[in-house]
Amino acid sequence: MYTPHTAQDIEAMLRVIGVESLDDLVRVPDAVALRAPVEVTPRLSEIEIADRFRRHAERTTAGSYTSFLGAGAYRHYVPPVVGAIAMRGEFLTSYTPYQAEVSQGYLQAIYEWQTYIALLTGLDVANASVYDGATALAEGVIMAVNATGRKGVLVSKAVHPNYRAVLRTYAEGLELDVDELPYGNDGRTDLSNLEAALAEQRYAAVVVQSPNVFGVVDALPEGVAQRIKSTKTVVIGVVAEAMSLAALASPASWGAEICAGEAQSFGNAIAYGGPHVGFIAATTEHLRRIPGRLVGKSVDGAGRTAYVLTLQAREQHIRREKATSNICTNQAHCALCATVYMAAMGKTGLRNCAALNVARTNELREKVTRLDGFAARFGGPTFNEVAIRVPGRARDVLAELEKQQILGGLDLGRFYPELDDCILMTATELTSSADVDRLTAALSEIPVRAAARV
Amino acid sequence: MANVPAGLLYSKEHEWVKLDGDVATVGITDYAQASLGDIVYVELPRVGAGLTQFGSIGVVESVKAVSDIFTPVGGEVVGINDGLENDPAAVNRDPYGEGWFYKVQLADASQTGELLSPEQYEQLIAEA
Amino acid sequence: MPLPAFDTPLIFETGQEGRANRYLPEAPALDTLLPKEALRDDLPLPDNSELGVVRHFTRLSQKTFGIDTAFYPLGSCTMKYNPRINDAMANVPALRDVHPFAPDHAAQGALAVMWELERALASLFGMAAFSLNPAAGAHAELAALLIAKAYFKKKGQPERNVVIVPDTAHGTNPASAAMVGFKVLSLKSDAHGRVDPDEMRKVAGPETAVCMMTNPNTLGLFEPRIHDVADVVHEAGGLMYYDGANANALMGNTRPGDMGFDLMHLNLHKTFTIPHGGGGAGAGPVGVAPHLVDFLPTPVVRAYGADGKPSSAGGWRETADLSFALDFDRPDSIGPMRSFWSNFAHMVRALAYCYANGADGLETVSKLAVLNANYIRASIRDVLDIPYDEINRHEFVASAQSLKRESGVRALDLAKALLDRGYHAPTVYFPLIVPECLMIEPTETESKETLDEFIAALREIVATAKSDPEAVLATPVNTAVGRIDETRAARQPDLRWRPATA
Repeated sequence: MYTPHTAQDIEAMLRVIGVESLDDLVRVPDAVALRAPVEVTPRLSEIEIADRFRRHAERTTAGSYTSFLGAGAYRHYVPPVVGAIAMRGEFLTSYTPYQAEVSQGYLQAIYEWQTYIALLTGLDVANASVYDGATALAEGVIMAVNATGRKGVLVSKAVHPNYRAVLRTYAEGLELDVDELPYGNDGRTDLSNLEAALAEQRYAAVVVQSPNVFGVVDALPEGVAQRIKSTKTVVIGVVAEAMSLAALASPASWGAEICAGEAQSFGNAIAYGGPHVGFIAATTEHLRRIPGRLVGKSVDGAGRTAYVLTLQAREQHIRREKATSNICTNQAHCALCATVYMAAMGKTGLRNCAALNVARTNELREKVTRLDGFAARFGGPTFNEVAIRVPGRARDVLAELEKQQILGGLDLGRFYPELDDCILMTATELTSSADVDRLTAALSEIPVRAAARV
Repeated sequence: MANVPAGLLYSKEHEWVKLDGDVATVGITDYAQASLGDIVYVELPRVGAGLTQFGSIGVVESVKAVSDIFTPVGGEVVGINDGLENDPAAVNRDPYGEGWFYKVQLADASQTGELLSPEQYEQLIAEA
Repeated sequence: MPLPAFDTPLIFETGQEGRANRYLPEAPALDTLLPKEALRDDLPLPDNSELGVVRHFTRLSQKTFGIDTAFYPLGSCTMKYNPRINDAMANVPALRDVHPFAPDHAAQGALAVMWELERALASLFGMAAFSLNPAAGAHAELAALLIAKAYFKKKGQPERNVVIVPDTAHGTNPASAAMVGFKVLSLKSDAHGRVDPDEMRKVAGPETAVCMMTNPNTLGLFEPRIHDVADVVHEAGGLMYYDGANANALMGNTRPGDMGFDLMHLNLHKTFTIPHGGGGAGAGPVGVAPHLVDFLPTPVVRAYGADGKPSSAGGWRETADLSFALDFDRPDSIGPMRSFWSNFAHMVRALAYCYANGADGLETVSKLAVLNANYIRASIRDVLDIPYDEINRHEFVASAQSLKRESGVRALDLAKALLDRGYHAPTVYFPLIVPECLMIEPTETESKETLDEFIAALREIVATAKSDPEAVLATPVNTAVGRIDETRAARQPDLRWRPATA
């Protein structure tokens, strides 16, 4: 129970308060009294708790499979130094650093995180983090809506389907219209109808993701961002795999004014989907519309460098219904893990890691597409995942692979009915040549070719 | 004691209005800037925007507070004080001069009848 | 215990290019792998040795105050001890590394964790079901209001768009309301700091969508007429929403469901001992009464018995004989709130905490949280104003208004003086309705000795404020830095380091 009270303590304290018993402190009217005993868990010792979770772990067998899953949550090597630092109690058990004088360390770490994200995205400023990539996109769109006064959003269909689904959830509340741009045969966003759409002057933002959900580099071609901005529409770039930022041209370089992304790949566990860590970076023009917390550098009374939460008047606890967002909690501890990770990897290590991801994915594509009936669905260059067209239905192929202890990737048909013969396969620095060989061996033996689609 | 210059009109929400023909210049009073403390940002309407008298049309931010700007006059915005973007402190320093907010082409001259004289405004803040 | 004052250069100002840690095998050069136009030219990040990195962040941690450092009576935030077993369980590799797109059959244990926690919470708070999807309290509020909006739309009452919020409410309440296009109507609390059902009757009507309240309220006071308030709102056709920020006050004692609430959220990072981590990640399950279950965010976890039939809902139970699946096919759902299913690592922590306490343990937790808060109130009421001086719940509000009049020392100054004496400050200037307020929440994990030392420190500071106010106004002096120029930070925002340009 983690309560230190002895019976004598309780008695002495009750005397000071002037009541007879603990029950006198918590008496409630009959109308709201507990009607039935609550059914929670039994009370267990630590040994028993560990035993319970050992059993939960045994029933969670995913770790015993060779995995090619990615699609927004990525398996990367995390040096033990990240956990060793992040688990320090001062970092783990502090609250939001409102009392800056006793939070200088955490505030500086977040200032460093903001700097890392700004440098990686090429944009001017970044916030102290948001919940995850999908909510970062929703918040980025709200920024654009507030900047333009328009209530439409034009989103590439090659943006992660979960992100688009979350955007639709938010759009229902904000009463926004979400329209989509199709993807082309190269796997990139098809921009052929963009001009006509922009002419309507009703979109607050155009949203593209790079690398997109098919793993394809989908940066806007030269001149397009300028064209979009000339209609006073905001360009939002989404990055679901932050590792790509260490290698690919930055979102700012291809015209993004707001970048919404996910940095789980930097030192955070996949953990069945959370907590991960979203980020928002933007040009200075959008600074006042950035949601959530921002750490700024200032000085104390003696002129010493000091860090402090700043521009707080944007936030919910002051602006209430006029706030830029209702965000209160951020993902500070995940952002801290990411910051320690980036510091430990360094420029050299991050670039090398990104290159390994590309190399392993190239190897995966080459070996898999050498098999009869397997081909890359899209032509464009990819970062660490690739959409593979398989003979038969993707979900049948995946089920066969599971029998051989392989999680072959994501069935794209789950989100794109027209791609139900495609598997999104991911390879990272943790994917070995032996893993790829196991996959290709298993694929070559699968009897689904006979059961090809009708 | 807060400075309440003669020759201006005032609103109950602590804005001042200076009339020049049918164009009104608007800002916040010395009393308002002193109560808000260090002003760090002023969000102004856009040039060309149409304002309704006493509507909320922007905000003034101090370090830890935000106050609405309720426009004391309605009409079309014909100018804003760009200088506040980089120097919001001007509002604290010189609320009736350098720290002005925006200019409005009055929709209807009679609306100034609903504003306070310097004497009435002085009485209002004396009672606060 | 003073925090060290040494200056720590930014990580960007340290290191040398090429001083890299070799964690990974060498890769081919990037420009041999991808077309040049897809690549970035430079990456202006520092290379540091691992020791350099460890020293840098260890120093930063030493300039950071946590619950592990000392007493942290930050009102409304429930800064209780975070048991280490929680983290150990969250780091069990099979649970830590499972991919959200892993097939259900390979994630049965993870799903069991989610289902067990969800059932325990439903029983503990009197809700039909919870969704573990939202990432934090404010996020769950948004989910709840989206649920209300979808519910009224389905009922053919889209005109219901007013949210009634008592003036003691958290700032997130009106901000969340604005995000779903609801208007906010603030309700004044009565002379006892409570919501009056008769006042509610005057404002509740055909436009009322939701009334957002917490109980105990933000003054730490129990709302004894909550049931009547709920009746009024329900008669008007509205829904009652419970802000679970103060749930640490009433576990096993009374339940939001029994008070008449239709919707609620919990901050698992408050009541269920998830480390706050410097402001996140949190976790904010959203719970609903039976008529709103279909609107919960996707996905939800379904349980099936050995016969393959859905397991009927009840409280917590053993799960070895059940199998589980994620259900995405829910046409009335508001949809997903975030990228994946939940902040799962935090669900592990919260369930570990439930295991460590059981139902009776959680009841004791709440009682002792209330005991500790009342003990401090009763011990300082002769030196500070207590605007609502009665039995409170897990927290209470004191005010420095008289002290300010007498000495010029404000709540903020008391807060800074506490920092100097090795304590974290209480929440100051919230709730907004009490001038110069200090909101004190000690939590149940603090011992009587700690409380006695804190009380003595606070009394000593008040005495100093009266005899030598300048000494209090000058605080803090024992911290890494003194009071910070926040005006400068806001007027000339410096939000990042920039590389020196050639």
